[in-house]
Amino acid sequence: MIRCEQLTKYFGSVRAVTDVSFGVGEGEVAALLGPNGAGKSTVMRLLTGYVSPTSGRALVGGVDVAEQPVTARRQIGYLPEQVSLYPELTVRRYLAFVGEVKGLPGRLRRDAVAQVIECCGLGEVADRHNGKLSKGYRQRVGLAQALLGDPAVLVLDEPTVGLDPVQAVEMRALLRTLAGRTVLLSTHNLAEASALCSRVIILSHGGVVAEDTAERLGRRLEGAGRLVARIDGPPDAVAQALAALPGVVGVERGAADGQSGVSFVVLASDPEPVQRRLAAAIVAGGWTLLEVRAKPPTLEDLFVRLVGSGT
Amino acid sequence: MRSFVALFRKELRSYFGSPLVYLVAAAFLAYAGYYFHSDLIYFITFGFGLNIMENFWQVLFVDIRLVLIFAIPLLTMRLLAEERRLGTLELLLTYPLRDGAIVAAKLGACLVVVATLLAGTLAYPLLVFRVEPFALEPLAAAYLGLLLFAGVCASYGLFVSSLTDSQVLAGFLTALPLLLLWLLSWNEAAAATGALPVVRAISLFNHFQPFSVGVIDLRDVFYFVYATGLFVWATLRVLEARQWRGRR
Repeated sequence: MIRCEQLTKYFGSVRAVTDVSFGVGEGEVAALLGPNGAGKSTVMRLLTGYVSPTSGRALVGGVDVAEQPVTARRQIGYLPEQVSLYPELTVRRYLAFVGEVKGLPGRLRRDAVAQVIECCGLGEVADRHNGKLSKGYRQRVGLAQALLGDPAVLVLDEPTVGLDPVQAVEMRALLRTLAGRTVLLSTHNLAEASALCSRVIILSHGGVVAEDTAERLGRRLEGAGRLVARIDGPPDAVAQALAALPGVVGVERGAADGQSGVSFVVLASDPEPVQRRLAAAIVAGGWTLLEVRAKPPTLEDLFVRLVGSGT
Repeated sequence: MRSFVALFRKELRSYFGSPLVYLVAAAFLAYAGYYFHSDLIYFITFGFGLNIMENFWQVLFVDIRLVLIFAIPLLTMRLLAEERRLGTLELLLTYPLRDGAIVAAKLGACLVVVATLLAGTLAYPLLVFRVEPFALEPLAAAYLGLLLFAGVCASYGLFVSSLTDSQVLAGFLTALPLLLLWLLSWNEAAAATGALPVVRAISLFNHFQPFSVGVIDLRDVFYFVYATGLFVWATLRVLEARQWRGRR
């Protein structure tokens, strides 16, 4: 349903995305995952026809977006990263306007507006002006306008960004109700990607670094993971010693929790031998190892592995 | 077409839902009314019995044209600058709608507002006609000229509005060149002698002159339509520039 073929986009001399190729099948929910500046929004804008590719093709429902933008856009519901609404319009009137722009005739439009208002939980603010909505409701209105016209494909750019934790949970619950549609959403929240999406496409520095189902990506992590160690010793010297160990990808210092010693999270390519080396290094340094345990690998570990320190 | 109508209606709703348009209309009609009154007194005192088209209506339409130079930037400044500032332009440009339809809907709505303002001045000929009937056809030509003139000014304003997200800047940069051109047409001595024929040929104001005395010259009509088209084309190129600039 969505196909990107060797998409490359330059803005002047700045390369935004390079040779990006991936596909999303009908009814599939896929995530574009990557740190800020990875090129997620550019890929989404290429798919909506907001910008044209320097080379390569973006196809939606078999239609080349650059060649037939209006036809392609009829099949797309788009939620931009920054949802901007006309403040002078009420939610209902705004959605009616979007429905009309999307070509929905009178009665059908009224029904569709009522349906998205209900589906997105906008009933109590339907007659409120957009300018007076909270960020959470604005995001819901953004999703509602994307859903209008029942588009075959939904392109959602960071749908939970800027929301408080409660609003984010509500938005994720709303996104779960979209199952059965073809959805491409971008996020830098790994938990969100693995919770909502069957397929994950990881972008870094404008290119695809991995593309697979969340489960298969998890399997690729076998052998990788984190060690949580609590050590009684000078924190800077300990961190330096841990980082120097072979097989250690990164070291993070944990927050103070009132217990003795300092906790460290050690990212390791292969935790078992690193655990032995870590114990030996602590003893050699004359410090005390209070605790060490392995944490099961997460998608985040893979993410760190693939995109390196660019995060 | 439905998409165009939807946007056109939304633009009209935005205009008439905003207090600005009523303030502009009040100021426009106040100034136009003042000019009508003073020009009529002048005509009655010094030109009564002479050709009313040349000695009264022409003067009045040239004055109304000047009021339009102030009114139109206030109407066009928000058209695209506001969409840029709010960030609504990105969504608008990703709906199944051609860029041309967006530009046409915005320009069309602005011209409807200008036509409504001009319709308010129809009271003047009605008043005069009741006292002293006169040929109405030349007057219709003058109104056509005002609409064509407004088309150029509005399309230029739309173009400027597409360049910035500041409404104030858009309004200022629309009004300033129009006023400078008006001053130049008013004081040709300020232009270099060599440049004068060129300035006259492209002058917005010289091409309006025949309309104000009731003459429709197709060359003038073509000039106004061409100039409007030129600014519409330039606006479309600015919208297209998102393709390489990567920003709204």
